[in-house]
Amino acid sequence: MKRKPKFILPTKYILLIMTGVCIVAMLLCFTLGISGGPLNTVAGYVFIPMQKGINSVGAWFGEKSDNLKKLSDVMAENEELQRQVDELTTELNTIKLEQYELENLRELFELDQKYPSYDKVAANVIGKDGGNWFTNFTIDKGSNDGIEVDMNVIAGSGLVGIVTDVGPNYAKVSSIINDTVNVSGMVTTTSDNLVVNGSLQNMNENMVIEFSNLNDKDDAVAVGDAVVTSYVSDQYQQGILIGYISTITTDSNNLTKSGTLTPAVDFEHIQEVLVILNKKQTAES
Amino acid sequence: MKRKIIVFIIIAVCYLLQTTLFEWLAFASISPNLLIIVVASFGFMRGKKEGMFIGFFAGLLLDIFNGSVLGFYALLYMYIGYFNGMFRKLFYPEDIKLPMLLIAGSDLSCNLFIYFIMFLFRNRYNFNYYFLQLMIPELVYTMVVTIFLYFAILKINRKLEAIEKRSASKFV
Repeated sequence: MKRKPKFILPTKYILLIMTGVCIVAMLLCFTLGISGGPLNTVAGYVFIPMQKGINSVGAWFGEKSDNLKKLSDVMAENEELQRQVDELTTELNTIKLEQYELENLRELFELDQKYPSYDKVAANVIGKDGGNWFTNFTIDKGSNDGIEVDMNVIAGSGLVGIVTDVGPNYAKVSSIINDTVNVSGMVTTTSDNLVVNGSLQNMNENMVIEFSNLNDKDDAVAVGDAVVTSYVSDQYQQGILIGYISTITTDSNNLTKSGTLTPAVDFEHIQEVLVILNKKQTAES
Repeated sequence: MKRKIIVFIIIAVCYLLQTTLFEWLAFASISPNLLIIVVASFGFMRGKKEGMFIGFFAGLLLDIFNGSVLGFYALLYMYIGYFNGMFRKLFYPEDIKLPMLLIAGSDLSCNLFIYFIMFLFRNRYNFNYYFLQLMIPELVYTMVVTIFLYFAILKINRKLEAIEKRSASKFV
């Protein structure tokens, strides 16, 4: 009896089929907003425990390399720091004033009651985006701890970003400095609305992000004003601090203003975050 | 089977190092791309088919934990593995020039593709900035890591091939 030769599909066709699979997956993601599902669960249980372990090693190494750097650059840095101390002292004074102002405004807006009453859960950052294009990260709490997609993430007092995907024991967070992200914000002093958009270039060069569409006819908004998330946003809770305005320019249309703002969160050294468990209530949900 | 498990471990280790350790050791917030080294190396060492599958799974891993759309990185890395597989006939383990060149080309084309799809279409026209401040530093850093990682992968692959040859000759 002659045996049939085993049929082997040429690699070209396999490539085509897999390309199709990928494109269908992307389309499904876009149209239905579904993500990994069971894939997330499996991958979560395999990789997250390892990632937690290695990340602590990485943090240790990071610390050590920082130490080395400090040792060699200690003289230059000392000078730099001295200058910074002066700078920060003046900044602190402005911030103190600002805080006083903010507290007054919070009372006015009754934000005081809204802001601390959110339920929060603390989580550790265990992995960052593999590439250099985006600033997404993975945190070590997931749907088992009640985290859902679209929950807001804060660190210290500032807004970090939003949960874009959850697995059972991890969640993906897309930060507000991401190039693709827009957030509606509000200037606390004048309650004018603006749009904050992340910028890779500005973030890498000057540690700032951009804002635009600020409608400020009376020139009342000044450098240093705090920007918080706006009530018009359908994803972000109202009144979370985004950052402080660092530059303002009038757009060529002479109607709106745009500029840059310094985020309230240090995104380079982010380690612990708080996830707000209340989601923004919108008309749809 | 043994090969699959070992390749899986290599991908897992590189992914974990890339997202944790090397993010901490980033120079000027640029970190190297280890997965592209793995995908490209297995591509030109083992051929189109294996490069393709390794690329697909490495990309899928990135998609699950980091990407915004499931399938984007899988598609990109799959093609990188496949194209590197085309150079299998030109590949000699002793010669490091071709592997370095291929890995550099893979990293650069991967970043260029990401730029065109994710940035250019959103009116970010400042190509020079992204090229000089992001792609080139990543390329240099990746090349430095390649010198170490490539020889490790080469050694593992040789061991695997030796084991496979032995077990194949047993059945003849």
